[in-house]
Amino acid sequence: MSVLIVLVIIGIIVAGSFLAAFIWAVKSGQYDDTYSPAVRILFDDSHPLEIESEKVSDKDIKRKYHLRINQ
Amino acid sequence: MKLEKFTYDNQLTKLFMFATVFWGTIGMLVGLTAAFELIFPALNAGIPWLTFSHIRPLHTNAVIFAFVGNGIFTAVYYSTPRLVKNPMYSQLLGKIHFWGWQLIIVSAALTLPFGLTQSKEYAELIWPIDIAVVIVWVVFGINFLMTLIKRRMKHLYVAIWFYIATWVTIAVLYIVNNLQLPTSFLHSYSVYAGVQDALVQWWYGHNAVAFFLTTPYLGIMYYFVPKAANRPIYSYRLSIIHFWSLIFIYIWAGPHHLLYSALPDWVQALGVVFSIMLIAPSWGGMLNGLLTLRGAWDRVREDPVLKMFVVGITAYGMATFEGPMLALKSVNAMSHFTDWTIGHVHVGTLGWNGMLTFGMIYWLAPKLFKTKLYSRALANTHFWIATLGILFFAVPLYFAGFTQSLMWKQFTEAGYLAYPNFLETVTEIMPMYYLRAFGGSLYFAGMILFVINIWKTAVAGTFVRYEEDQAPALEKLRPENVEKLKWGWHRKIEGNAVKFTIFALVAILIGGIVEMVPMFMVKSNVPTIAAVKPYTPLELQGRDIYVSEGCYLCHSQMIRPFRSEVARYGEYTKAGETVYDYPTQYGSKRTGPDLAREGVTSLPNYKPDSWHYNHLIDPQKMNAESIMPPFPWLAVNDLDIASTPAKIRAMMTLGVPYPKGYDTLAVRDLKKQAHEIGDNLRQSGIKVDDNKQIIALIAYLQRLGTDIYKNKK
Repeated sequence: MSVLIVLVIIGIIVAGSFLAAFIWAVKSGQYDDTYSPAVRILFDDSHPLEIESEKVSDKDIKRKYHLRINQ
Repeated sequence: MKLEKFTYDNQLTKLFMFATVFWGTIGMLVGLTAAFELIFPALNAGIPWLTFSHIRPLHTNAVIFAFVGNGIFTAVYYSTPRLVKNPMYSQLLGKIHFWGWQLIIVSAALTLPFGLTQSKEYAELIWPIDIAVVIVWVVFGINFLMTLIKRRMKHLYVAIWFYIATWVTIAVLYIVNNLQLPTSFLHSYSVYAGVQDALVQWWYGHNAVAFFLTTPYLGIMYYFVPKAANRPIYSYRLSIIHFWSLIFIYIWAGPHHLLYSALPDWVQALGVVFSIMLIAPSWGGMLNGLLTLRGAWDRVREDPVLKMFVVGITAYGMATFEGPMLALKSVNAMSHFTDWTIGHVHVGTLGWNGMLTFGMIYWLAPKLFKTKLYSRALANTHFWIATLGILFFAVPLYFAGFTQSLMWKQFTEAGYLAYPNFLETVTEIMPMYYLRAFGGSLYFAGMILFVINIWKTAVAGTFVRYEEDQAPALEKLRPENVEKLKWGWHRKIEGNAVKFTIFALVAILIGGIVEMVPMFMVKSNVPTIAAVKPYTPLELQGRDIYVSEGCYLCHSQMIRPFRSEVARYGEYTKAGETVYDYPTQYGSKRTGPDLAREGVTSLPNYKPDSWHYNHLIDPQKMNAESIMPPFPWLAVNDLDIASTPAKIRAMMTLGVPYPKGYDTLAVRDLKKQAHEIGDNLRQSGIKVDDNKQIIALIAYLQRLGTDIYKNKK
């Protein structure tokens, strides 16, 4: 049943990386505020982009509006 | 603090959304066909690729990876940029991801029904497609993780955490479960055998449910339910506890799929304990979702989106209570191998995944197309027939499961099996199969209304491709700080180094696992029962036919140590008997009887070669009430004898002790054994050539379970 050892090792690595991620999340202040994140997602700040002509390419949009579509 | 302007591109969200709707329809249609084939075995019209055992893997793969998969990506591509205030990292990677994933789905549809399969449940795809899946998954991961790294919102909302866990875990599971040794472009052997393979398969199978059907959909719940209800999640703190506890516990629960099997007892116990513990985080999440609607129940009455969410989350609660109960050994002794499992799974998939997907898209489509939903009444109708469909699907299958299991276990007062003929127990539950097909039809009808509604909505509105948003950059990423840190580690980390690190890590992980695990496995696969010998070349080829025809989908090869099973099938299955089974054929469902001891001549169920021949060609000729589909092409198609040496060599590489150089002698032995069986059949008046597939399959069936009986008597 050597596969057990393999799976246990992989399981520990996966669970261990989850643990590390958890510790990172707590230490980096991710959970200092457990109220506002839940509310914040309800505010939609984005609005459809107004485009003058219907026939514009992605390139036009990037150039004309100086937008970072792809970063 | 300067606000930065940026633009979300909705193109990929739209594409993934349409793909979800499209593949959902196809996947459910295939499932519905399968349900009807169980009632009318002749429905396949003699066409191999339409046969139940060929389309069942297509159904499962299509609904899991095509319907739910595209649903996940729709949600990720829509919600991630808005949650972290940053557009998706790369439009190009996104396009590769989208088209790559659709191509994988198409290639799955072009292989699985044609018998090109590995026979690992929910991982049936052949090795070239497996590699494509890993590549596309890595592309998705880079696109997603880079979006997070360059985010403007320091806090990662809980939905994002669920997406991260999904990506990481599925990558690991998929690779470990799919390690295999190719013998040709279309065929391979799993590197694991027997009980070890069973453990890997269900470690994967269970966690595919956990990390493909559950965690990403919890992410969907945590984003779309608050959005649609326009109120914050009931308890954000609970969502954090829910997330971390769920992912810690889930990864250990896989062995509950192998209770009472040849798997070591302590591993089974481990799986049971973790399965029971899972109730707590699962219900924490379920309650968190439902309680979000507190004070909004009046809107649930009217809004189809919220209605679907409520039924979806309730189904999640029911399935995650039922799951741990089914993982109790005493319950599992009864439920395993029956239709109870199928009912349980469909509460989860039709209820949780289906309803959440519908709700999400009913909410999302009007937003993407800047219009109102085409018809609210139609959506409400969809809601009702889908809900009824789930009930008509699941409840009859619960009754079918109880009934059949009780009949299997029933003894007469004299101590004999009350229903020694397996077919009796099938005929008994046929009415339940009719009801299930009716439930499935209802659910599918709802799906059609869904397609119409979304299509009409899309046509009526105009697609909003770009949306503008603004937010300040993260402190360390603001221009003034970046300038200051030009040569600092922050700067480097935001540059190519991160990409490089991710690539390197992924490569090391994949490379390491691919290299190390097989070596480890090969050495340890020593047989533990002296009487157990490798398959003859003909039996090995027959086994591949068994795999390719999908026999494992209806026939188990695992006799559990119960009096009722030993009396029916013979000696219970030992771990040492399956050490040459690459991959294992334990199976998970008994639509037909167990075949683990099919070849043992001293057992009451033994059938001669001629019976198998006639039965495979036309099962209804042997048993009028049988629901097994006919496989007449097995007597027409030639066996691919030329592949034998390569297969033997692959087996030897994996550690099967054939004599040195046996690959050169294998074809001779194969032909000899085929001739013996052919002669035997011809003596019974059957006209058949030695080189047909059916000969190999019969050879394999007659070998099953015989090894440990050789020394008896």
